[in-house]
This record gives sequence, structure tokens and C-alpha cells, in this order.
Amino acid sequence: MTLPLDYLPESPSQTAGPYVHIGTNPNWVEITGVWRDDLGLVLVGPETRGERILVEGVVTDGAGAPVRDALVEIWQADAAGLYPSPAETRGRADPHFSGWGRQPLSAEDGSFRFETVRPGSVPYPDGRPQAPHITVWIVARGINVGLHTRLYFADEAMANAADPLLNRIPEPERRATLVAERSERDGRAVFRFDIRLQGERETVFLDM
Amino acid sequence: MSYFQRDRERHPPAFTPAYKTSVLRSPRHALLSLPTTISEETGPVFGHDVLGALDNDLIRNFGKDGGEAIGQRIVVSGRVLDEERRPVRGALVEVWQANSGGRYRHRKESYLAALDPNFGGCGRCITDDEGRYAFRTVKPGAYPWPNGVNDWRPAHIHFSVFGHAFAQRLVTQMYFEGDPMIWQCPIVRTIPDPSAIEQLVALLDRRATIPMDALAYRFDIVLRGRRSTMFENRPEGN
Repeated sequence: MTLPLDYLPESPSQTAGPYVHIGTNPNWVEITGVWRDDLGLVLVGPETRGERILVEGVVTDGAGAPVRDALVEIWQADAAGLYPSPAETRGRADPHFSGWGRQPLSAEDGSFRFETVRPGSVPYPDGRPQAPHITVWIVARGINVGLHTRLYFADEAMANAADPLLNRIPEPERRATLVAERSERDGRAVFRFDIRLQGERETVFLDM
Repeated sequence: MSYFQRDRERHPPAFTPAYKTSVLRSPRHALLSLPTTISEETGPVFGHDVLGALDNDLIRNFGKDGGEAIGQRIVVSGRVLDEERRPVRGALVEVWQANSGGRYRHRKESYLAALDPNFGGCGRCITDDEGRYAFRTVKPGAYPWPNGVNDWRPAHIHFSVFGHAFAQRLVTQMYFEGDPMIWQCPIVRTIPDPSAIEQLVALLDRRATIPMDALAYRFDIVLRGRRSTMFENRPEGN
């Protein structure tokens, strides 16, 4: 005689479909007057602490075509490496930073662009530092379960080389798919992070 | 405090060729598996201040001058729980759907069924202390889509749910009890396990019906649970 374990199974995922923006960005698809602002468009304000950066890129499919109907969300720590979340136990995050962004891809070229701050380092469960990173999550028509990945910064080479997650990628050449290229525009660092769902230089996706 | 691993046998795999768009949008490499870190164990918080009075009333939240949506009036309610049956309070639940004729209000939609001038199709709410949420809406119609030559989606409502952690982020679809279209749909059938499909079928909830007003459906959502750190050396504590 054994006692059954009393867990519920997680609800299974389904694709967000081609009209996800009706629910997440109604104003963007011209469903106006229902709520004032689409959530997640702005992460920073004038009082946010830290180095302002731009994060931009495109999402492409296995044929190299832009995935114009995708929705991208990002989640990150503030400049001091603290998350604006009740589950953050190490201190209080910058009250002028939301940490969370959400955006539909451009219907023209499948691009996204977030204005944010460079995140500080946060610890791995064993206490080692993780290199600064931004969590990225993508849903779209044809994606059955939201894809989870991470953006790291090309100008953090030493931290990246010691990062516990990057070092767990079995094929070293694939680590580069998570490292955003740096350039500058109007005196501000711009990080280019293209997400390739399938095929050549396919982005590493995570089961976390 | 790491989150339970996702049971990928209950979720659909990425590559499901009967759902054609998945063919070019599914990674070919295996996912890299890691325990959750603080980056996934935290997540955004949404306060009630983001909500307007009609955000969870799709019958009335789009129509001008008090106009109401046409269709079978229904209430959809349920609880957001985690795998350990704990209510997930303060969870933002967003929904979107077609109107009663199966037509979405979206510029890329060209189905010949008419738009309803009083129906937008979006709603949202935040769960209460018991994890409960509720929407009022009209039952969406089935609609045809270009996959096979004659594929139709069953009536469905899309759900996007935020738990307390980014690891719990979930997008899914709710179906309606007794709909024969469910078992023919290539998107439903991306889920290999019939019992997992059943978990997405809302039940007619006679007790929650509003007499002379609306039928009711009950749909509970389960997010990933987390295990307490009993024997783990974690500097930041539990």
C-alpha cells in the first residue's frame, strides 16, 4: 500500500497563434479604448539608475524569414543586479525600473527594440556570479511552447567566460548565439540579438 | 526554491508537422536543461491599478454608448493553482478570442464572417487571494484556417498567465466541453497525451450560471510548482 502523491500536472501549453496581440497589445492592433496602455512597452524612466542601453534584433525561422507575428518578452535585473520582484531576497530593486518588457515584432521587418539598462550580475544557485544577462521569451504562431533563452553582452567577455550557464552548453561554438553584438549609436551602447529559431546558427533555447 | 522541471511529455513538442507552421518554427537542437536560477524564480508583479473597470467584461468593454456584444453570453471563471495545489494570487490573466461568428478583430484576419461592432475580443484580470479569476464574454465561434484544405479551430479562448516567476510563464488555449471539433484540431493534437488535452477543456458550470443572463464555464489553470530548499547550500536563503 502506497500513498499517492498529490500533485496537479501543469496545464499544457498551446501556441499563442497569429492574433496574440489582440490580447497583449490591443492598442497596437487598433483595438483602442479598452485599456489605456499596452503593458511592457516602457522599462525605464528619467529616474532609473544605470547605463541606458538599446537591445534590438530580429526573429527568423528555419528558412531565414522574419517571424513578423511573434511576441517577445524580456525580464532582467536592475543595474545593481536586483530583481523588482517579491521573490528577490537580497535587497530592494530600483523602484524606477520595471524589469519587464514586452513587444510585438515589427509587422514590416520582424524587428524588436527595447530601451533598458545594463543589468548587474546575479548569483547562480551555488553562489557563483552569473554574467550579466537578460531573459528572453518568445511566443508566436507555430511555436507550441514559449521559447526561453538568454541575451549576454559581447563586452562582458571575462564574465561570460566564467558564466555557469554558458559553460553548460555542450557545443562551445553555440555559446556565441547567446551573446549580443555591441555597437554604438548616439553615444549609447546598442546590443544586437538576432534569434534564429531553426537551422544555421540556431539560438540555444533553455529548459529552465 | 527551484521550480519543478516542466513535464515535456505533457506539453506539445516543438515539431508537430500536422500543424504546418511549426515545421519552420521549431528548434532542431535539444533544449539546454538547467535548474532555475533567481533569473527565472522572479517575475514581474502587476497591481490592480493597471486594470480598468470593464477589463474582464468582454461583452461591454469595446462597444460604444453601452452597446453589447452579440452571442451566447457566458461567464468563464476558475482558479490559478500551482502543481502543489496552492492558489497563485495576484496572477495577471490575459485572454483574447474571436467573436461569436469566429471572426477576430485583427488587420491580418480576412475570414468572411462579420465583425461585431461591439466586440473587441480582449480581456484581463488579476487573481484574488484564493487564485480566482472571472471573465464575462460571448462564446466564440469556430473558424476556418489555412492549414489543411478544410481545417477548423474549435471554439477557444486564448489565455496568457503570469505566475510569480518567469519560470511559470504560460500561454495556452481553453476549449469548451462537448465540442466535437476539439479532437480533430491539429493544434489541439500537438499535445500527445489525451489527459493533458482534457485539462484544457472547460466544463459547463451549472451552479455559476446567472439565471436569465449567462451560462458559465469553469477553467482551472495549473502553473509550475516550486520545491522548498530543504538540503541545499544557498547563500541567499529560501
